[in-house]
Amino acid sequence: MQTDPIRVLIAKVGLDGHDRGVKIVARCLRDAGMDVIYTGLHRTPEQVVMAAVQEDVDILGISILSGAHMTVIPKVLDLLKEQEAEDIMVVAGGVMPDEDIAALKEQGVQEVLLQDTPPDAIVDSIRRLVAARAPR
Amino acid sequence: MSAVTRLRVSSLDLVAPVLAGKITAIARLMSRVESGGGEVMGALEEIYRHAGKAHIVGITGVAGSGKSALLAKLAIRLRAAGRRVGIIAVDPTSPFSGGSILGDRIRMNELSGDPAVFIRSMATRGSLGGLARATLDAGDILDAAGYDPVLIETVGVGQDEVEIVQAAHSTVVVSAPGLGDDIQAVKAGVLEIADIHVVSKCDRPDANRTVIDLKNMLTMTVAAAASAPAWPLPVVATSAESGEGVDELVEQIDAHRAFLQRTDGLRERQRRIAQWRLLKAAEELLRDEFKPQQEGGGRGRAQLIDAMTAREIHPHVAARQLIEPARRGTEK
Repeated sequence: MQTDPIRVLIAKVGLDGHDRGVKIVARCLRDAGMDVIYTGLHRTPEQVVMAAVQEDVDILGISILSGAHMTVIPKVLDLLKEQEAEDIMVVAGGVMPDEDIAALKEQGVQEVLLQDTPPDAIVDSIRRLVAARAPR
Repeated sequence: MSAVTRLRVSSLDLVAPVLAGKITAIARLMSRVESGGGEVMGALEEIYRHAGKAHIVGITGVAGSGKSALLAKLAIRLRAAGRRVGIIAVDPTSPFSGGSILGDRIRMNELSGDPAVFIRSMATRGSLGGLARATLDAGDILDAAGYDPVLIETVGVGQDEVEIVQAAHSTVVVSAPGLGDDIQAVKAGVLEIADIHVVSKCDRPDANRTVIDLKNMLTMTVAAAASAPAWPLPVVATSAESGEGVDELVEQIDAHRAFLQRTDGLRERQRRIAQWRLLKAAEELLRDEFKPQQEGGGRGRAQLIDAMTAREIHPHVAARQLIEPARRGTEK
């Protein structure tokens, strides 16, 4: 039996219309053999979490370039807990200051990939996270 | 069931929470089905017994015809009528990388977040015909979990991917305006499988032409099966942009369901679906048995391939020789 493609949901949350980056990331992950579900722009944390749960993704990637990461991402983590779906790993991407990165990781974000992360490094991080997690 | 136990829970133990409608369990069981393998079979047997209540509606049409956008509007109306809607949206897997981009959720913004609408995106993983291998089992899971109707959106089809008609009780074929002339409308293939025709994007000026072409085509199919009670094939013009025609589409889907129930057509379709799934399951069993990496078979696989390459034996004959020992093995 072939191994399953890694499933990734990529979301843009809130008032943030910059989606060129996520589209490129989506394309890179596809080319790395992953199933990529893209939600489109302007989603709420509730929508994103419900989508991630229904799609049963390995990774929930949230791209934020608006500066709202410290409100949006903790909310997503809380909602995942509420749904009893913390086994979905959250990866944040975008522009954020170092102290926020530390705080987000503290709260349960598995990885933060900043705007200058090369595509290969994104693919590698995701593969590494999924490989390290228990099979489900 | 906590997230931690969800990691290790057996597929059989997921059945009870699935039947109770628990989202995480439904989603996880679907993943297990997509992975395949023997572990999930017992759970699927159980699910299969509980399914069979939902109306299965197939939505198909060429790529870009507006299936996803229409589906989103359709689901909103159904939801507003108090129904729990299951959606399986199939998108193609890249033949090169094995990956996919599943974009149907982009059009379903207004829906996502509502637990009474379950949307699952599924990549074809090499399946042809417009559906993925796991699509119908996933449909059973939604059915057993109490979603009704279950809407299955195929990949964007060409002219010949008509598997959906073997899988759904009602098939909606979406045509977009501006693609081809009235000759396209009389060709064989996708258009023939419709129980309901939709012309999408009816806000566009050339949409009426497509409606007329389709209606003309339908007048040509004179009483193909005069014995069976006739379902008058409707052509519904819709606009996902303005919402026009979506109510009518809901009415037509319900009318078709009522028609099937009234005329014994439902039983017939259920049998047709069962027959097709039986064949697909048998095919899959055979394919697993004869995976390329496995050796064996009566005459060795390599020998058979050698003989075929040299044009000494026909593929059909070689295939018989390949499966012969397996058949003898099961007959003893």
